[in-house]
Amino acid sequence: MTHVLEARNLVRDYHIPGSLFRKARTVHALKGVSFTVDEGKTLAIVGESGCGKSTLGRIITLIDPATAGELLIDGKKVDIASEGLTSEMRRKVQIVFQNPYGSLNPRQKIGDILAEPLVINTKIPAGERRDRAMTMLKKVGLEEKHYNRYPHMFSGGQRQRIAIARALMLNPKLLVLDEPVSALDLSVQAQVLNLLADLQDEFKLTYVFISHDLSVVRYIADDVMVMYYGEAVEYGSRDEVFSNPQHSYTKTLFAATPRADVASIKARLARKNAA
Amino acid sequence: MALLEIENLVVEFQTATGPFRAVDGVSLKVHESEVLAIVGESGSGKSVSMLAAMGLLPWTAKVTADKLAFNGRDLLKMPSAERRKIVGKDIAMIFQEPIASLNPCFTVGFQIEEVLRFHMGLDRAARRKRAIELFEAVGIPDPAERLGHYPHQMSGGQCQRVMIAIALACNPKLLIADEPTTALDVTIQKQILDLLMKLQQEYRMGLIMITHNMGVVAETADRVVVQYKGRKIEEADVLSLFEAPKSNYTRALLAALPENATGDRLPTISELFNEQQTLEGAAR
Repeated sequence: MTHVLEARNLVRDYHIPGSLFRKARTVHALKGVSFTVDEGKTLAIVGESGCGKSTLGRIITLIDPATAGELLIDGKKVDIASEGLTSEMRRKVQIVFQNPYGSLNPRQKIGDILAEPLVINTKIPAGERRDRAMTMLKKVGLEEKHYNRYPHMFSGGQRQRIAIARALMLNPKLLVLDEPVSALDLSVQAQVLNLLADLQDEFKLTYVFISHDLSVVRYIADDVMVMYYGEAVEYGSRDEVFSNPQHSYTKTLFAATPRADVASIKARLARKNAA
Repeated sequence: MALLEIENLVVEFQTATGPFRAVDGVSLKVHESEVLAIVGESGSGKSVSMLAAMGLLPWTAKVTADKLAFNGRDLLKMPSAERRKIVGKDIAMIFQEPIASLNPCFTVGFQIEEVLRFHMGLDRAARRKRAIELFEAVGIPDPAERLGHYPHQMSGGQCQRVMIAIALACNPKLLIADEPTTALDVTIQKQILDLLMKLQQEYRMGLIMITHNMGVVAETADRVVVQYKGRKIEEADVLSLFEAPKSNYTRALLAALPENATGDRLPTISELFNEQQTLEGAAR
């Protein structure tokens, strides 16, 4: 069986040109990352800011070309640097960004936002575009009356639903979720995570879930990859990684995550009273 | 006697569609060397109530309270010049966005010395000495050199340390931390929380942690106030809150944590609690 997504030794360097005061230098944002994701599965990419996880997300979404290495989507090699991007490829991969306040055009109505991917990538007539947008709107838990409204009229959670709906308009196989819930409240976060799980079941979607929140990752992921300074320091199934982390950075990460259970509160209070 | 005592605090904003009540009858107390966490989602009025206590709200806000006292002195009745001597000195606050809350046009050394000049009246040499001491206390390496840096030359975690140093500059009795680690990575969050807890014990400060993160509450608080839509829903010590939450809303909040998930879907808050009922039953 072919994997929906396969990365072989992806490398991405950014060249920063020199100026009068500074020498030119190269930032190695990704230093050879490999992984595979199968249909209907979720790969979570965890790491701190600056570790290259968003760079990887951009490469998978075909926004940014890799400097070296191979990216295979649906078993086919993709190289946007030399061959450009076809609308057929664009239809396969879509992305949902972190900040739903910044990722929706404030001057576009929701209906137009949802129909835009179809306008750009397909030849579907306007009437059908409208029908599809309506259907998708309902699928993500919004109503028909929201079709003609503007983004500012929605809450953060609703906007993230709209962003997800837009990403699904082209029936992609692969969805890259770049910190989709980190800007949301706890209660809204739960709703959006549930929605993502429902949609994954319904459309057999494959997710690449970029996050720094380990509790969310533990809940949603099948496989986990931990990144540190552009390298994948740990990669395995969720249970492997969480029950038996190998790399010292992964252990640090787990130790730093605040725990909200009664036992650890008791332990902390005991330590405090002893001090 | 409580350090900060708030009774029936109401904050209203004048908007185009009439007054909007952001805080609706909140009462709370913080004692010396106690850590109180205020938890709530966005719009619960947790930041606004503390900004009201600090007197940092814009003029469009109408603040009323039966009592708003710091160290036994009523903050609402005292002249504003008096109040400014307390705010920033005895009550200090740190904010969510460390990089945005520092002035980009001045070095961090200037910004910390400004506080020392205004509140403590120290001379130049003493200010510099104290600034270096404070940077050492919050764990900034090479403090003398760092004083000459601008905020953009430092990372988010370092900026938050500078903010904490500024807040601690005048040995405050009460420190209000408004989402101090939300913008930071987990490993940095851990460092900053550890630092705050260490300093809180050393200086025996009262500390109010405003947060929406239940994990942060569990790791820091002695006592917890849960707010929802401007009302206080529940108040309890940290262990009883997590062990046996009294309010449906708190229970729902805890159930919505992904780490507490039991099935393959998370329970959502709206399924678990009745908003009307909870607001009516809110501890007033």
